[in-house]
Amino acid sequence: MADRPQTFYELMRAQGTSRRSFLKFCSLTAAALGLEPVYADKIAHAMETKPRLPVLWLHGLECTCCSESFIRSGNPLSSDVILKMISLDYDDTLMAAAGHDAESILDDIPNKYPGEYVLAVEGNPPLNEDGMYCIIGGKPFVERLQQVAKNARAVIAWGACASWGCVQAAKPNPTQAVPIDKVITDKPIIKVPGCPPIAEVMTGVISYILTFDRLPELDSRGRPAMFYGQRIHDKCYRRPHFDAGEFVQSWDDEGAHQGYCLYKMGCKGPTTYNACSTVRWNGGVSFPIQSGHGCIGCSEENFWDNGPFYSRLANIGAGFGVEATADTVGATAAVAALAGVAAHAGASAIKHFTRKPGDGDKQ
Amino acid sequence: MTVQTPNGFTLDNSGRRMVVDPVTRIEGHMRCEVNLDSDNVIRNAVSTGTMWRGLEIILKGRDPRDAWAFCERICGVCTGTHALTSVRAVENALGIQIPENANIIRNMMQLTLWAHDHLVHFYHLHALDWVDVISALKADPKATSALAQSISPWGKSSPGYFSDVQARLQRFVDSGQLGPFMNGYWGNPAYVLPPEANLMAVAHYLEALDFQREIVKIHTVFGGKNPHPNWLVGGMACAINMDAPMGAGAPVNVVQLNLVADIIGRTIAFIDQVYIPDLKAIASFYKNWDYGQGLAGQNVLAYGEFPLHANDYTNLMIPRGAIVNGNLNEVMDVDLTDPDQVQEFVDHSWYKYPDESKGLHPWDGITEPNFELGPNTVGTKTNIQQLDEGAKYSYIKAARWRGHAMEVGPLSRFTIGYAKGISEFKDPVDKLLTDLGLPFGALFTTLGRTAARGLEASWAAHKLKDCYNQLIANIAAGDTATANTENWESATWPASVKGVGFTEAPRGALGHWVHIENSKIASYQAVVPTTWNGSPRDPAGNVGAFEAALLGTPLANPNQPLEILRTLHSFDPCLACSTHVMAPDGGELIRVQVR
Repeated sequence: MADRPQTFYELMRAQGTSRRSFLKFCSLTAAALGLEPVYADKIAHAMETKPRLPVLWLHGLECTCCSESFIRSGNPLSSDVILKMISLDYDDTLMAAAGHDAESILDDIPNKYPGEYVLAVEGNPPLNEDGMYCIIGGKPFVERLQQVAKNARAVIAWGACASWGCVQAAKPNPTQAVPIDKVITDKPIIKVPGCPPIAEVMTGVISYILTFDRLPELDSRGRPAMFYGQRIHDKCYRRPHFDAGEFVQSWDDEGAHQGYCLYKMGCKGPTTYNACSTVRWNGGVSFPIQSGHGCIGCSEENFWDNGPFYSRLANIGAGFGVEATADTVGATAAVAALAGVAAHAGASAIKHFTRKPGDGDKQ
Repeated sequence: MTVQTPNGFTLDNSGRRMVVDPVTRIEGHMRCEVNLDSDNVIRNAVSTGTMWRGLEIILKGRDPRDAWAFCERICGVCTGTHALTSVRAVENALGIQIPENANIIRNMMQLTLWAHDHLVHFYHLHALDWVDVISALKADPKATSALAQSISPWGKSSPGYFSDVQARLQRFVDSGQLGPFMNGYWGNPAYVLPPEANLMAVAHYLEALDFQREIVKIHTVFGGKNPHPNWLVGGMACAINMDAPMGAGAPVNVVQLNLVADIIGRTIAFIDQVYIPDLKAIASFYKNWDYGQGLAGQNVLAYGEFPLHANDYTNLMIPRGAIVNGNLNEVMDVDLTDPDQVQEFVDHSWYKYPDESKGLHPWDGITEPNFELGPNTVGTKTNIQQLDEGAKYSYIKAARWRGHAMEVGPLSRFTIGYAKGISEFKDPVDKLLTDLGLPFGALFTTLGRTAARGLEASWAAHKLKDCYNQLIANIAAGDTATANTENWESATWPASVKGVGFTEAPRGALGHWVHIENSKIASYQAVVPTTWNGSPRDPAGNVGAFEAALLGTPLANPNQPLEILRTLHSFDPCLACSTHVMAPDGGELIRVQVR
């Protein structure tokens, strides 16, 4: 085996990809990331010069929907991400090894690539019962999580569990499950919320890190701004019906057949920051509102406890009125964000995220 | 010490103990310990669910119309299956009838899940138990092509194609970064496929990874996203609009239905031309590896699934029934409301009952987490080296049917269908066994479990087409109803009701039991497939399906758990599903220890 891992480009060439196809791949990646064509050159340059990024993907209390979503990515294909772009050295859902043979990887990789690997976390640690509501290798998951985070270059919090706590942290949170930023406080954490996040958002975050050798710009809550900067409502194709006061009043009524606004059926699109109405789901086939059910707000913190899903927002005191929408809601969110000390600490740490030694100025 | 279990197994924990933790390529977290005799044969097996989330405590006091969304998050692999079970439980409690189209669409959602989940399980969670990835590097691409073309008309089968795949694999290995294949058991003598079969399987591992994302687009059409599509008490939220103005903006229109039809066709092709031929090819090399029976063919259970007509839960495409003590001549009736049938025990589980010698029906269930380790545990509370199976040792309860430990899943469903003499289950089994030259008994093995899952994936894909045609016929006849809102408002609900919902998840029988008091959930209980298959011992000492199936299996290399993974994976374990709890009195259950 070679001492130095191959770069993406070497690997793709070796696997029979032509230079022309490689450049086309870079253009498509740029397009998928919403970047101008000029960035294709930067992507090509980056991919020609870097070894594959080691990624350790840990699972805590979760349902594995994030992993399932990840493998749904169509552009780039998850098989390309796993085999060509990153080196997925630990992921208990997919890896061949088990038991000690799996666990030893969590000792080896941090030693071999200190400060270089990325820790991706799906799920979260429970703190009750000394952490023993999630046991891996006979020990509490939280221990494992903190140990692997120690030498990581950055941490990705996949989904609502790792980002906010999600369903097991809903009231009364019997296991005291906590988002990972409660137990990892000294590393940049990129929060990619959603239950699950959109597949192309997940692979988009990874592509961005690989391409530009830096973390994407994050908002004050630690989310990539490019995907979580707008509310679903802002770009919803049913928005004109909202503006016209045309609403679905009852399931399967005439308004439902016409594709009217689902606000009165409890849609949380007006207060949910996510890319569902722009990127859409599963290759752009649809998204919850297009398929007739309101958004349940699954990328928002504590969405399980923000009132019944079918109560309209005005009923639950979110400060949402039919006209004075964006500013009121936006201000509420901003206040919530400022209260998040951990989020702020994460954002500061991100500014210190540096490139690997020896890479030089590749951009 | 040697112990005879009431359900006919001999346990001997005197030999060397081997611990596998984590068991990987499953959903959730699981540990397995075995004792090996001097010939490296498994003589004792201990399977442990190592996570608990407390979802049913969280459901208490919530709006029952919201329950499906919480329950759906029990599992993201069998996504939607808990949501379906939940809306059925609530509809059963509240007496809500759903429209015919909603029933058809729900059937399609569940069939889509079966096809997808079985395919992903075979290639991405299970194949590496049979396929030596590294051996594929030694394959002759021409011979691989000849092999592939001899078993299937699938187009991607030229020598050049396999040569490319092999070159990709070679460069991947040469890169020194093996990723998910790192530390695998490559070269273990229990791998018996020739290099060409390994190369073919590796090619299809990658093809299946790329294709599976297409199948779930059916969920996206009707449910808006996958994983975790949206459901609705009273029907489905996806309104149908084929003719009226603005149909293009409606959830279900001719464009989306065309997409569904296209995906169904491609799913049938992939399963019948790739999955099934691969399965048969792999099975032909492993047919002498006949371990892993456990409870298969002996004690098996299915609740049944796919109502032929809306609201008739007795007329099902997959039959309901139970077989005990291997008597395939009698398929017994199963009643989910009978307090003496489905029961859960906790004397070996990390929960507490007032009287742990007795089991409780889910409507009467009480659970209180109680993490305590037995006196023979090796290690400490937060560093367990070896569990004491004489005491509590799992977050999974022991589910029993009339006191019997039961196996559930595709093989159990096929066994019941076969025993009932239904040709759509009997014929494919007989044909597979004939093609492989195997006797009927060979069905009840690890390999049989894996084979039944493949046969069922094909069955599901074809049924998907039937359901699609049924939906089109209904719409053509002028029926576009998808939801019944008569009892949507809680004001119409009785003050106190209880209900049960069931399905067959990809992994087996699944039931939810709910009490609704004053429009809120008063209690909620889920008994899931892995509660059956992964159950620990019960007060009588019966072992569950995982533990039973491991007994008697020799390990080719006593330091590598390859055969253990093979048999455990044949059940497709789902651990996030299997560990749950509820609090009927709403009392404080949890000792809070903030770190």
